[in-house]
Amino acid sequence: MQDGIDSSAAQELKTASPLSTFEAHCREGRLAYQITRDGHAVFPPRVCAPGTGTPLDWRISAGLGTVYSTTVVHPREGAPYNVALVDLDEGFRMMSRVDGVAPEAVAIGLRVKVRMADIDHALRPVFTPAEAA
Amino acid sequence: MSLKPGSIAIVGAAESELGQVAPGTTPTDLMAQGVVRALADCGLTLPEVDGLFASTTQQRFATMALAEYLGITPRYQDNTQIGGSSFMSHIAHAMMAINAGLCEVAVIAYGSTQRSVSRAAASPREYHPYETPYQPFLPASAYAMAAARHMHVYGTTREQLAEVAVAARQWALMNPKAWEKKPLTIGEVISARMVSNPLTVRDCCLVTDGGGALVLVSAARAKRMKKPVYVLGVGETLSHASISSMPELTVTGAARSGPQAFTMAGLTPADVDVAMVYDAFTINTILFLEDLGFCAKGEGGAFVSGGAIAPGGRLAVNTNGGGLSYCHPGMYGLLLLIEAVRQVRGECGARQVPNCEIALAHGNGGVLSSQATVLLGPAPD
Repeated sequence: MQDGIDSSAAQELKTASPLSTFEAHCREGRLAYQITRDGHAVFPPRVCAPGTGTPLDWRISAGLGTVYSTTVVHPREGAPYNVALVDLDEGFRMMSRVDGVAPEAVAIGLRVKVRMADIDHALRPVFTPAEAA
Repeated sequence: MSLKPGSIAIVGAAESELGQVAPGTTPTDLMAQGVVRALADCGLTLPEVDGLFASTTQQRFATMALAEYLGITPRYQDNTQIGGSSFMSHIAHAMMAINAGLCEVAVIAYGSTQRSVSRAAASPREYHPYETPYQPFLPASAYAMAAARHMHVYGTTREQLAEVAVAARQWALMNPKAWEKKPLTIGEVISARMVSNPLTVRDCCLVTDGGGALVLVSAARAKRMKKPVYVLGVGETLSHASISSMPELTVTGAARSGPQAFTMAGLTPADVDVAMVYDAFTINTILFLEDLGFCAKGEGGAFVSGGAIAPGGRLAVNTNGGGLSYCHPGMYGLLLLIEAVRQVRGECGARQVPNCEIALAHGNGGVLSSQATVLLGPAPD
């Protein structure tokens, strides 16, 4: 359609939701995201493209990214832990954590790569420092 | 149709009980107390209230609950809930409603018992499938990541963040209603218990009970009342809901809401005598002073240094002591507006800003998500 939104653009929600599709990819070890018709990455997954309402297609990320910002949460009980925002190379950002290094050693600009980790009985994307080239 | 600067005025303003309230007190109790006090402040009566604006995290249908409680049937109501900036948004909406003749006497109310019932009970966080599994300590971790980013990009220092808390405390010591009563040093802020790096507990707002109310009428009606404070400019915007979807953590929607309000009022930041900006965390004050145009982007840390926003500094900021040291009952925006009104009226005693004509009240909601700016002052010529 040249003008307006095609009413069939929005993903049907009877058999799969954006979240269930994302989680199914996670179970197979894949970090999935979406792209618009003109190639912009979209995350978190949704039924239509932000700004246009047009259809989205799923893609699999190469899993490499850069820490955009980071913090160490100090709970009243238990050990401090990292929470980070990671910019994936494909052009989308997500919240996650960086493992394999002390939480306070996670720095903005750190190159990281994804792996799936069991969090609350589900596989979810977390990151570790990427190997030096 | 555009909004006309000065077409409505705030004529009544009052806090409810603040700090720690009696066991069993409800948010609606506090709203009603604020409404009665604000009406008494301007000499209007409850049956005259025909526009009702309210919002709180503890009462989803805040206007329904408050109308029932007060025994009124407002012709116009607005339950807009965009977090702590809701009340600045209510001001803009009240202006539209009064200008359109939908109501004549508008009341904006807020109440929270989050200290009494616990933050977790007062503001339960919604599950976010792409954030909650990583256990960010929200809202603090979101603001912490904004602070970390600001420090990384602009070289803002830990000491500069602490300056914001110290300045707020100095103002609070001049406000008898402030929760905090003891002086605070930069060293004490930095060495306090870490909450979410780089923010310590002294970088974070208080957790108190509290509330209040405002009464607004048309400029024509306000002319016959004592000490009306006119609404000269309003601006509001949304930029995201979740911190992982905020486009750029060092630039807030205040960069849109501020210019909207200034343009409408025909004013600039240089005209502002007191700036009441939503200091849920120390980084907020720095971000909002930049985004509202009091200094250039990235220079907020330097701008607040050396006691520059403390009493006697270059700009009077958060003269009630702020969310950091005066009172922070969850959605603090209404209390910013009350202090702004009082400064323009000249009612602030020891902390009164001399010759205060123009006050800015800037609200923030969610995790830097909603931003709304109100400019108050004398009747336009």
